[in-house]
Amino acid sequence: MKIACTTTGNDLQSPVDPRFGRAQRLIIVDTDTDAFTVVDNAAGAAAAQGAGIQAAEAVVRAGAVALISGHVGPKAFRALRASGVRMYTTDAPTVAEAISRYKAGTLVEAKSADVNGHW
Amino acid sequence: MIVAVASGKGGTGKTTVAVNLARSLAGPVSLFDCDVEEPNANLFLQGEMDRTDEVSLPVPAVDAAKCDGCNECGRLCQYHAIASFGSQALVFAELCHGCGGCMIVCPRGAITETPRRIGVVETARQGEITILTGRIDVGVAFAPPLIRAVKGRIEPGVTAILDAPPGTSCPVIATVTGADAVILVTEPTPFGLHDLTLAVETVRELGIPFGVVVNRVGVGDGRVHAYCAKEGIPILLDIPDDRRIAEAYSSGRLLVDALPEYRALFSELWRAVGELAAKKGREPEVAR
Repeated sequence: MKIACTTTGNDLQSPVDPRFGRAQRLIIVDTDTDAFTVVDNAAGAAAAQGAGIQAAEAVVRAGAVALISGHVGPKAFRALRASGVRMYTTDAPTVAEAISRYKAGTLVEAKSADVNGHW
Repeated sequence: MIVAVASGKGGTGKTTVAVNLARSLAGPVSLFDCDVEEPNANLFLQGEMDRTDEVSLPVPAVDAAKCDGCNECGRLCQYHAIASFGSQALVFAELCHGCGGCMIVCPRGAITETPRRIGVVETARQGEITILTGRIDVGVAFAPPLIRAVKGRIEPGVTAILDAPPGTSCPVIATVTGADAVILVTEPTPFGLHDLTLAVETVRELGIPFGVVVNRVGVGDGRVHAYCAKEGIPILLDIPDDRRIAEAYSSGRLLVDALPEYRALFSELWRAVGELAAKKGREPEVAR
């Protein structure tokens, strides 16, 4: 099962990027094998508008069933909810820690956007 | 004749020039306040409100029964205003520029258009001056369509003065496009000069004849004048740094009413602008 997590780095020990739409990268982790791929999000990070929608498209394209980030804005929330991707917000310092909390079931699923657009 | 009053830098006196020009003309004139995010021309003219018309953009509405989530619309839309996420297409109306492309590419005819209000055009009258003010709704990020709606009220044969927003971005382009001449208002300061050079590049690109009005001459230095001389840009008017002008302005009075001695300067400005406009399309752009 694949899950997506925002990050500022390139591997599992990298920090979680607290932003979703304007995250630097997405890391897609296979929870069965811990294998991962990194998806660049430079276009979204620089977008004037619609960054969350663009990043949501990337999550869906990667085949992830869940997303972990620091925050999720209103447009991203609508897009991800429509695609059936579950969203979790966390203050975990690293991607590895966020994934381990996800596996342990201690992350709380977001039921609405927790920030406004362009926060 | 259509004349746009623009500037690179904000607060240099665009509205001052536009309203005083309108006031000093004989005969009917329409003043179009195209600074739709912060219109202020009517504060000075205090025209009597005639009517208010709503302006809308056509945004998509998706028929859930027809949409199969193919995402042709999402692939077309560069603004991510519509996209399918493996579901029926979702519309993010606040991002939609109203091009209608999604409706055209939808293979199932699932998309229709529905109006989304973005602001109003107010019409007011003050003597011979008709003031048309664009006022964008709070939270709406698209000035150009509203500016085009304001400019849609330009009538053939009636002199039009367009008060542009500051800067050099899309709202300014939307305002000055189609003008016969552009007046660039600046101040003789380093900021004024820097932003004037950007405005000059913009107007040159659009191929519209233009000249410069320097406001508050006496502050700053002579670099704006030197730049204009070097570039062959006509200085249409120097407005001195006169404390009485600021006093009139701050009490909401027009410069040409409070200080009639300035009236002749604006008549002269209008004559110079007329000469510029006559050049439109006749002379090649001056080499850079």
